[in-house]
Amino acid sequence: MAIMTRIGLIRLVVIAALIGALELACRTGLIDHRIIIAPSEMASALWTLLASGSLDADIARTLGLIGLVTALSIVLGFAAGIAIHALPRLREALDPFFATYYAVPVFIFYPVLIAIFGLSLMPIVLIGVATAIVAMIIATLNGLDRVPRVLDKVARVHRLGRIATALQLQLPAAAPYLFTGIKLAVSYGFIAVIAAEFILSPAGLGRDIADAYADFNNRRMYALILFLLIVATLINAVLHGLDMRFAARRSGGRA
Amino acid sequence: MTATRRAADTLILLVGLVVLWEILHRIAGETAMPAPLSTFAYLVHNLATPRFIANLTTTGLELGYALLLAYGIGLAVGVWLGAHRLSGAVGEPILVSLYSLPKITLYPVVLLIFGLGISGKVAFGALHGVLPVALLTTGAIRAIPPVYLRAARTLQLSPWQTITTVLLPAALPEVFTGLRIGFTVTLLGVLLGEMFASKEGLGAMIINALQLAQGEEMMTVAIVLFAFAALANGLLLFVEHRLRRI
Amino acid sequence: MNAAPVPREVHAELKGVTRIYPAVPGAGAKLPVHALGPIDLDLVRGEFFAVVGPSGCGKSTFLEVLAGLQKPTAGSVSFEGKPVGGHVPEGIGVVFQEDASFPWLTVWHNVAFGLRRNGVAAAEVRRRVEDAIAFMGLKDFAGAYPSQLSGGMRQRVCIARTLVLQPRLILLDEPFGALDAQTRLLMGDEVLRLWRRTGATVLLITHALDEAAMLADRIGAMSARPGRFIEIIATGWPRDRDSTIVGEAAFGEITGRLWERLRSESLKALGHSGVSAMAAE
Ligand SMILES: Nc1ncnc2c1ncn2[C@@H]1O[C@H](COP(=O)(O)OP(=O)(O)OP(=O)(O)O)[C@@H](O)[C@H]1O
Ligand SMILES: [Mg+2]
Repeated sequence: MAIMTRIGLIRLVVIAALIGALELACRTGLIDHRIIIAPSEMASALWTLLASGSLDADIARTLGLIGLVTALSIVLGFAAGIAIHALPRLREALDPFFATYYAVPVFIFYPVLIAIFGLSLMPIVLIGVATAIVAMIIATLNGLDRVPRVLDKVARVHRLGRIATALQLQLPAAAPYLFTGIKLAVSYGFIAVIAAEFILSPAGLGRDIADAYADFNNRRMYALILFLLIVATLINAVLHGLDMRFAARRSGGRA
Repeated sequence: MTATRRAADTLILLVGLVVLWEILHRIAGETAMPAPLSTFAYLVHNLATPRFIANLTTTGLELGYALLLAYGIGLAVGVWLGAHRLSGAVGEPILVSLYSLPKITLYPVVLLIFGLGISGKVAFGALHGVLPVALLTTGAIRAIPPVYLRAARTLQLSPWQTITTVLLPAALPEVFTGLRIGFTVTLLGVLLGEMFASKEGLGAMIINALQLAQGEEMMTVAIVLFAFAALANGLLLFVEHRLRRI
Repeated sequence: MNAAPVPREVHAELKGVTRIYPAVPGAGAKLPVHALGPIDLDLVRGEFFAVVGPSGCGKSTFLEVLAGLQKPTAGSVSFEGKPVGGHVPEGIGVVFQEDASFPWLTVWHNVAFGLRRNGVAAAEVRRRVEDAIAFMGLKDFAGAYPSQLSGGMRQRVCIARTLVLQPRLILLDEPFGALDAQTRLLMGDEVLRLWRRTGATVLLITHALDEAAMLADRIGAMSARPGRFIEIIATGWPRDRDSTIVGEAAFGEITGRLWERLRSESLKALGHSGVSAMAAE
């Protein structure tokens, strides 16, 4: 435990030193403020921006989109995973698709979706779901594959029906894998929504960053970037914390 | 027997996708979603035009440079963090959290530093690729059983011999996985870069085609990219499987 | 050594039961496997019956057919006079060979699993769960997760989970297969206690001859696959026995007799087809 905290301390020092060096380089003019502004300036810019409330609508829109995309991907991906698992032949045929899905740049379809649905929310939701859902499907299949077969027998000894077996035994048994899928879905959903907004969209935080960049408004741009990085880090930290909680419970450790 | 049946099933799904495309075309209309047939005709006619080849070359070049950077830096950092215990313990979680950040938010910063030309896109591609390469290399080196090193010592191997005959072969398969994933995300990074404020490359082409309502061109570029990425991934996977079977 | 003159009531009955696993077509095509039978057996209400046999002889198959988890290919199974087939009747509890504790539930909730679903009142659930947990010696671990327990304790959780439902026929499939010999003897005592207290009919599958000899009223020795009973031995032990009987002369006789019958079968199971003929000479 002592080693863990020592390493954590060193890590903190390293990160602080990096930020401090950047601060110093910016303050002394080593780095042009037209390229990067000092971290302290980013923070104060973000603070004023948040306090002004002018960002609220875009924050709500973007985070809402990410939430919608993630929720859709998780629910639909889970359902699709269960369906595909029940059809071994379909699954075998789909396997090559799953294996290459994340190797091809699916995002390149975003402009195609805009061509079909116009510059609205629809293309963003669709590209987000397209990016995130397959991870959830794969994780569901993985999880169901690893449900011990003895659980089916236990279910029958307890005379559980199909749905009760799925909810009370298969779901919790597959839960660790499902959680991996959820983590990936959140992460992919986030990236896809921000990227879509950044490249072409009527509004949203990604669009704000692109606009600030085009207006040479570095204070605003860096404030927005900082905001998104903080949100992403927070989400990751929460998911990571939940993960550790599950893992600790299932693999022993604390008594 | 079953292998051919499986291939046939996959083929049926592929045909199903094309049918779905046709249906989408019927619903969405000619400009939004061109028919598969007219797209394939467009692809055949335009693939060899100088304009297409110029864009293809640009993307290829950017990808090549970005991979060089990502692989070079990623391997170096990975070996360092894998071999030096304290650096690894301190640095790996930092890399992991960087890996899970949406890098697209950093693209304006990259553009401000490297400019709008080819180097900005190269840097952005490399930024994507360097993290998985570094992380998987670190993991690969750390996963080498210590008993291998002891064995090398009992065999009186020199440090250099130890690296080339024991450590490298032991770590290679997983390092290669890193290179494969690095390839995928580097390509994605380069394309994202091209899709924003760029005039050259396949990513720029697809945005341009959107503005000109050139449905066939959009689908053509997408198909070419998909085919290229899938092929490259298949090739890298093939090599990887070979490596694992040593 | 005749059993006491209590009326023999047939609790479960197998008639001409065989089980053949059908051939699997396609990848690595498998031939049909004749795993079990034909088997004729009456289980008497309240008795402790042990099944021993070489590995892979069809013991688990036998248990699953009896429990209604599998349909026999031929023959019939009945429990308390009603035919069994395709589904598990109320009143039968099963503890499986594999660890089937739920890693996502605490010991307490593992044990309560079956009760909660049956609409038993909360206070009654609590009483019965706590009783079962105490009976299996898990009191200090009620809040622990299975991953924090040893293999033997996890099997006890599974036994407690079966026990709370108050089954009238308890089927145990090598529940202590993974435990060391000493712990197994002690677990044997627990099963005896369980059997005496619940008054249930117990069928225990085991590959340990001494375990069978020490615990059971009757022992069915099973042949190599397809599993059939080549002999059924009555031990004649008193009802309030415990593991100390391993020191008795009769114990040695029974294990010796069992081994005599099973040696050639075990060799067969190992694939020494010729040796069995030699051993018979
Ligand atoms: N689902 C199945 N499909 C095909 N064959 C099976 C199946 N289950 C069991 N078998 C085969 O039937 C035979 C009996 O299996 P069973 O599990 O009943 O043996 P067992 O006596 O319980 O073995 P063990 O001592 O290892 O637990 C074995 O040869 C086994 O390979
Ligand atoms: Mg068995």
